[in-house]
Amino acid sequence: MLTRIDVDRLAELARLRVAPAEADATLARLNAILGLIEQLQSAPVDGLEPLVHPGADPTQGTRLRVDEVSETVDRAANQASAPSTAEGLYLVPRVVE
Amino acid sequence: MKDWTEAGVATLAAALAARQVSAEELANAFLQRMAASPLNAFLDRQAEHTLAQARACDERLARGTARALEGVPIAHKDVLVTRDWVTSAGSQMLANYRSPFDATVVERLTQAGMVTLGKLNCDEFAMGSTNENSAYGAVRNPWDHAAIPGGSSGGSAAAVAAGLTPAATGTDTGGSIRQPAAFCGITGIKPSYGRASRYGLIAYASSLDQAGPMARSAHDCALLLSVMCGFDPRDATSLELPHEDFAAALATPFTAGQTQRPLSGLRIGLPEEFFQSGVSADVEQAVRAALDQLSALGAQCVSVRLPRTALAIPAYYVIAPAEASSNLSRFDGVRYGHRAKGVRDLHDLYSRSRSEGFGAEVQRRILIGTYVLSHGYYDAYYLRAQQVRRLIANDFDQAFAHCDLIAGPVAPTVAWDLGAHRDDPLADYLADIFTLPASLAGLPGLSMPVGFGAGRRPVGLQLIGPKLQEARLLRVAHQYQCVTDWHQQRPAQAGLVSEHGH
Repeated sequence: MLTRIDVDRLAELARLRVAPAEADATLARLNAILGLIEQLQSAPVDGLEPLVHPGADPTQGTRLRVDEVSETVDRAANQASAPSTAEGLYLVPRVVE
Repeated sequence: MKDWTEAGVATLAAALAARQVSAEELANAFLQRMAASPLNAFLDRQAEHTLAQARACDERLARGTARALEGVPIAHKDVLVTRDWVTSAGSQMLANYRSPFDATVVERLTQAGMVTLGKLNCDEFAMGSTNENSAYGAVRNPWDHAAIPGGSSGGSAAAVAAGLTPAATGTDTGGSIRQPAAFCGITGIKPSYGRASRYGLIAYASSLDQAGPMARSAHDCALLLSVMCGFDPRDATSLELPHEDFAAALATPFTAGQTQRPLSGLRIGLPEEFFQSGVSADVEQAVRAALDQLSALGAQCVSVRLPRTALAIPAYYVIAPAEASSNLSRFDGVRYGHRAKGVRDLHDLYSRSRSEGFGAEVQRRILIGTYVLSHGYYDAYYLRAQQVRRLIANDFDQAFAHCDLIAGPVAPTVAWDLGAHRDDPLADYLADIFTLPASLAGLPGLSMPVGFGAGRRPVGLQLIGPKLQEARLLRVAHQYQCVTDWHQQRPAQAGLVSEHGH
């Protein structure tokens, strides 16, 4: 069972903020979900190879493309949806005083 | 003028090729229906872009350089990025987001001549089974406006069912094509993992996400799937397979020469776990009647076991949130998406932008994902869920030793009322039970309408095939649709006043 302190820690890790007014409701929902997934603990899985993704062929490894330029980056197009840019750079609040 | 908005993809492609209707006339007819619809199925429309595409198609048709689906309209689920339409993924986080490129499946359908009608509402970042998690409001089920359309591809399913578009793309992570297709009485197929490119599909759970078509018949889905699938070097999980024409063998009997009983020799596995308590009587009755029809076509039903079916729920609700928490870390208020105002510092920018931009269910799944991946819990949850995933895949392997495909209900009930699960947070999760196993195993799954249940809400039959056997599923569904007319039924209350002359 998670506590309010656990939820605050998870929110910190996930860069989310749980509003104080919603904290109890969020805690209850998360604990309900964790109760559901707790069923995994009784599954007979000893020695089983994890299935990471169903396309995985362990003999193949990750496909690598030929090491040559295939795409060019259009910075202006890519930054068109950015909230704040200047001279091709993304603007963020000051990090170092 | 004939009302072409009642026609499907195959009929429209033939009518366009025969110059019985122009692409521009068709686009206008569907745009008018969209504008008059109360279903909230569409999020973005750009009539000028649609009509420009249609006019270009008409020029090709006139020149005799038409492509396979030249001029046939389609609409895309909003988690597939598009250059000329806003892509919000049903989220405030991406309100007004414009992608600099088209998703590969969108590009492939456009390259085949299809005209984009707009973008379709869905659960936020495809997380949900009801479409109630969209930041832009729920979609209504065209069969009953009090009911959910299903999710997460609810806008896609509702729009096809209501005749706002002849076809739509959907995406399926745990059932998001099959369940809304069932709830809205249309046909949809999730191909095997790796068949359709995920490039430009805004990632939810990368080891599960697949795109697929949703339309009015298996024949239409076969035409669309043939275009959507294919190797894409931009998706590391894309399978390198030769092109497959899924429509080519639809009418071929399963055993050569058996034209009267075209499914002779086909063994359909019925998992005991899909027919136990929890399946409502109306759904079971419609599914059993469909199985009787398949038997009359020559198929033989055999009993099989998928003993770990129930474990698919906890496995999925560990794996999908874990992958989501990682994928959604890219939304930081810096490069794209919502950015909070008046922030103190960079940390404050991240956490406030994310908590303002994401809806409640997305934030819950990120928190669960963060928890199961955190130090000390990884083995107990994520690794263990992947081992259970192996068990489920092994169960399918064993079942397919005794049958050629598996059939059962798509969902335990028909569509429920909007808001019905508001106070029961796990009810939506538990209702995913019959679609999650095929997702976890990466297998193809098809949903087709087979009748109506309580409140005259549609019931879907699910067909699950061995890996890469999409053609078999489509063939069986097509044979069923050749002798039944459930797929041709239309909702009475489409909520439209027809403006088309007759």
